[in-house]
Amino acid sequence: MAHHASHSARHVQAHFVSSEQQFDAAKLGMWLFLVTEVLLFSGMFVTYTVYRVWHPEVFAHASELLDWRLGGLNTLVLLASSFTVALSIHFAQRNEKEKVVVLLLLTLLCAAAFMVVKYFEYSGKFAHGVFPGAAFAPHGESHGLEYAVYDVPYAAQFFSIYFVMTGIHGFHVLVGMGLFAWLVTRAVRGHFSSAYYTPIELTGLYWHLVDIIWIFLFPLLYLI
Amino acid sequence: MHGNGKPKTMSTNDHTASGAHYLNTDRGLWAWLTTHDHKRIGILYAIAVAIFFLLGGIFAMLVRTELAAPGETIMDQDQFNQTFTLHGVVMVFLVLIPAIPGILGNFVLPLQIGAKDVAFPRLNLASWYIFLVGAVMALCGWLIVGQVDTGWTFYTPYSSDSSNAVLWLTSAVFIAGFASIFTGLNFIVTVHKMRAPGMTWNRLPLFVWAIYATAIVQVLATPVIGITMILLFLERLLQIGIFDPALGGDPVLFQHFFWFYSHPAVYIMILPAMGIISELMGTFSRQQVSGYTFIALSSVAIAFLGFLVWGHHMFVSGQSAISSIIFSMLTFLIGIPTGIKVFNWVATMYKGSVWLQTPMLYALMFLFLFTIGGLTGIMVGVLAVDVHLHDTYFIVAHFHYVMMGGALIALIGGLHYWWPKITGRMYSERAGRIAALLVFVGFNLTFFTQFILGSRGMPRRYHDYAELLERFPEFAGLHLASTIGSFILAAGLFMILIYGLHSLVAGKPAPKNPWGAVTLEWTHATTPPGPHNFHRMPLVTRGPYDFHLADEVFGPHGGNGAAEELSTR
Amino acid sequence: MDDQSSIWLPEAASTFAEDVDGLFYFILAVSVVLFVAVIGAMCWFTYRYRRQSDADRPVPFKESKWVEASWIVVPTVLVAIVFTWGFRVYVKMGVAPPNAYEITVRAAKWSWLFEYPNGVRSNVLHVPVSRPVRLKMSSSDVIHSFFVPAFRVKMDVLPNRYTYAWFEATRQDTFQVLCTEYCGQQHSMMLSRVVVQSEDNFQAWLRESVMDESMPPAERGEIIFAQQGCPTCHSVDGSAGAGPTLQGLAGSERAFTDGTTAIADENYLRDAIIDPVAQVVQGFQPVMPGQYGATLTTEDIDALIAFIQEQ
Ligand code: HEA
Ligand code: HEA
Ligand code: HEC
Ligand code: CUA
Ligand SMILES: [Cu+2]
Repeated sequence: MAHHASHSARHVQAHFVSSEQQFDAAKLGMWLFLVTEVLLFSGMFVTYTVYRVWHPEVFAHASELLDWRLGGLNTLVLLASSFTVALSIHFAQRNEKEKVVVLLLLTLLCAAAFMVVKYFEYSGKFAHGVFPGAAFAPHGESHGLEYAVYDVPYAAQFFSIYFVMTGIHGFHVLVGMGLFAWLVTRAVRGHFSSAYYTPIELTGLYWHLVDIIWIFLFPLLYLI
Repeated sequence: MHGNGKPKTMSTNDHTASGAHYLNTDRGLWAWLTTHDHKRIGILYAIAVAIFFLLGGIFAMLVRTELAAPGETIMDQDQFNQTFTLHGVVMVFLVLIPAIPGILGNFVLPLQIGAKDVAFPRLNLASWYIFLVGAVMALCGWLIVGQVDTGWTFYTPYSSDSSNAVLWLTSAVFIAGFASIFTGLNFIVTVHKMRAPGMTWNRLPLFVWAIYATAIVQVLATPVIGITMILLFLERLLQIGIFDPALGGDPVLFQHFFWFYSHPAVYIMILPAMGIISELMGTFSRQQVSGYTFIALSSVAIAFLGFLVWGHHMFVSGQSAISSIIFSMLTFLIGIPTGIKVFNWVATMYKGSVWLQTPMLYALMFLFLFTIGGLTGIMVGVLAVDVHLHDTYFIVAHFHYVMMGGALIALIGGLHYWWPKITGRMYSERAGRIAALLVFVGFNLTFFTQFILGSRGMPRRYHDYAELLERFPEFAGLHLASTIGSFILAAGLFMILIYGLHSLVAGKPAPKNPWGAVTLEWTHATTPPGPHNFHRMPLVTRGPYDFHLADEVFGPHGGNGAAEELSTR
Repeated sequence: MDDQSSIWLPEAASTFAEDVDGLFYFILAVSVVLFVAVIGAMCWFTYRYRRQSDADRPVPFKESKWVEASWIVVPTVLVAIVFTWGFRVYVKMGVAPPNAYEITVRAAKWSWLFEYPNGVRSNVLHVPVSRPVRLKMSSSDVIHSFFVPAFRVKMDVLPNRYTYAWFEATRQDTFQVLCTEYCGQQHSMMLSRVVVQSEDNFQAWLRESVMDESMPPAERGEIIFAQQGCPTCHSVDGSAGAGPTLQGLAGSERAFTDGTTAIADENYLRDAIIDPVAQVVQGFQPVMPGQYGATLTTEDIDALIAFIQEQ
């Protein structure tokens, strides 16, 4: 028993015995939350798999409409941001406040870049009538693709699944941006130190998950 | 198995109910609504759930009244369909899923493991508010967007092209789901990280094990209903064509999604109830609970197996025969860990000292009703038999025996057991016994008749059976008997409500340890507990059901306060 | 009550009903035995070991490994038996004999339509006795479920694929058909009958029911009206159901929910049958099935209109 380990530290809540207990609890809680996130997405992965098994040709065909270059770019952007978060934790542990702030800002920037790319992808699709659900009516052409030929049964399902999955993922990116913005303001005010950097650590965990989910989404939707 | 060291903390000897405790410090509505105290949050849940139970019960009584006689009795078809939908939704999502973890899990679990609070008190309060938002949305939906008549199962395509209010209700269920996830998450972390020194895993009271197993199911299953509700929502909003056959979707896929959550959800309801029963059987038999390890691990086994059997709701849905066969086989496996529990509870009484107080009456009632419910569960798990019984009143009877007769009866028993701890007052034992009798008789009359109705062919969700009487004349009498039973049942429940409220103002002050129990909330905390639970951090030195501890802490009567009361009356 | 039925199960009138019933009673018996054992022990212990005084301090007893093991083994054996048995009956119920007589079942909110190989349609199911009958079922809207308690047959009817059920009736009688998957407002009215006839009577019925082209249209319309299940919603005696009564409909002025009105002439009636939700009559919900335009021939619709005009 670490009886009086930082018992009096400002950030330890009354019902915890020690700073370690509080940190462990928070971390376990975050892991459990991530488990629920994985399950949320797994529901969609199941839907994807079921429809892909039923209509393999349609899915392979329809995925041509997605631009793997933009998807790939976004993959790189997210990977880079995962790296910058990890570094920011590293520097928080060393009490290097300026670096923490800069790295968190970089992460925020990457997330924003991801959303910008997504915006262009989505608007490109909408412009050609590729909507989720009933409004699905592809037309026109761009970079050598004749959209109308994708107007086959179950292509609409592919794009519904595409929009739902990337939409919910994108929502998670937006939430992550909010969290990073909040972390930056706290870091600037000097809230974090080697003794206390739980929020960065937990947001980092969350962000890695968002990244990993994209790593699955990208090949499933864009490549195969 | 048990250490025999003396309890180190004897803070209990000198306190009375008049000292400072969690109820009389920090008064005022605002203090309650912003409290982070797990005990108060437990009470907030109790109030909310009692109201929803009352509402759900009223809907049930309307359903029963309509069915009392053939033909239209008090409402038309549409109203009937809306009523049983609301009944099911309220009872499942607003009553039974939050009830035991929310009320007793919150109140008792931290006390039983010797913690000052749950790991995330703020999240705990937030869960209650989220739950309330979901609940209010579900209940007020019909005022704003109109009625839903899909049944609690929301099967597509009916739900994707009936009233728009489905959108609203699915959002409500989605939101309430978050509350359930957060509660589960909180408890898992609490059990892992907040145990008092010496409280090892094999010294956890069985109620804690049960809540822990439940929490795992909550965390793993609830996100799936979340995504199902999102997809159903988008199906209606954008016609994404995943579930609606008119758009190329598959309605059976929806059923898979729905039951993947909703079957585990029935174990979210029953596992904590089983935890309560373990506590009651031990205390009121003054006997170490038989098969501690088996009971603890069977909870985990049930939680795990519960994820593999969802397809038993779909034997005639058009799913492949192979799946049906596999699901049927797995379904039976669940009977085995459950049986282990049942047998061990009975064995706990063997050579014990069985004390028939109201909580124990409910524990015995649980054994009686749940065994019927469980065994009929096995019956409907048999492929060929389920073909005949599916979607008849036999199913309705099965699930009321397990949900009302099992989970809710256990909750009522648990509330009686911890009532002195929670409120500091005793309820009237005599009223308690009369109410228990009414509930028992009323319940069996209401739902046993439904087994017969169902196996003779009466389908569920039927507004009327007048046209069936020609070939099934017996339906009239059985339905009437069921309705009469439900009124007796309702009378019993109202009686509980009334003497419970009465005891708050006029009940005798509770003795320190009325039942001679030995878990930490009785031996190491005041009655009612102080705002921070324990004066000093308890140090646990032995297993949870060593009844010598009561004598050591409270003297020769083992703190058996209610007995003193009774013998002097 | 029927003499062939027991307390628990209704009369049995199909070849596999007996298998199902045997299994049902076996599990019931096993369950009763287990229940009595558990609750008997519970009651006995409650009495035998009741608390005599506050000072009772029972001695913890040693758990026996053997007892604990038997609690696992016995139920496992029991469920293994029950599973195997249930599985065998289920397979029997699932696989129709190859020579089965096939009838197409069309379910729609809230009526049943049975179609025979020779084109006869009926909303009562006629089947020959002692001959396997296979039902090929589909729905035109939501999920329904075909249930005949006396045959112990139940199967969901889906909108996007065929499902199948089969039975062989053992007795000439009339039995109840029910819909057991919740399908909306009139779920409890979605009833029909199975008439089990001798082979000869069945064949005769089949022949008679072939629609005679020479019949006057209004008479044919009356038959189609009944066969299609229109009376579930429409009366011809002036009383309102889920749909407006057809009495005095032709030629009257109709008001719609969008505020427009129209005179109920032939064209209006035609549109009302083919595309019912295009104009919804005031005071009613848009619940009339939309499939009639596709499932009825032009002649059928003409005949229906002729029938409606006579009301
Ligand atoms: C608290 C809720 C709860 C619980 C605990 C259970 C427990 C079980 N349920 Fe139940 N069930 C529901 C709630 C619950 N159910 C609901 C709500 C529905 C209907 C939903 C709807 O359609 O609206 C339903 C429907 C349902 C069906 C679908 C029926 C149909 O629609 O056709 C099936 C089929 O297998 C089933 C099986 C079981 C089984 C095998 C158990 C087992 O866990 C039971 C185990 C217990 C025992 C077996 C008794 C004790 C054991 C012994 C005494 C030892 C001896 C045992 C053996 C030899 C096996 N249930
Ligand atoms: C927790 C679950 C639960 C509970 C407790 C109940 C309780 C009751 N149910 Fe429930 N029922 C369901 C869950 C539940 N039901 C579900 C899921 C369905 C399926 C819906 C569907 O098909 O979609 C269903 C369907 C259903 C039907 C079938 C409808 C149909 O298919 O047509 C019937 C019919 O008799 C019925 C009757 C009753 C009755 C009489 C009670 C009685 O036991 C109720 C008695 C209660 C009261 C009268 C309230 C008293 C309360 C107080 C006084 C508050 C005080 C508080 C405390 C004591 C703590 N229910
Ligand atoms: C599920 C119930 C239902 C069934 C079955 C049904 N209808 Fe209807 N019908 C309605 C309802 C409700 C309306 C009024 C709303 C509307 O106009 O769509 C209606 C309207 C009509 C109208 C216009 C009536 C008026 O008052 O203007 C005609 C004609 C009609 N139905 C004919 C038929 C025929 C013929 C059949 C069988 C082949 C049939 N219906 C089957 C429910 C039904
Ligand atoms: Cu058709 Cu119920
Ligand atoms: Cu289940």
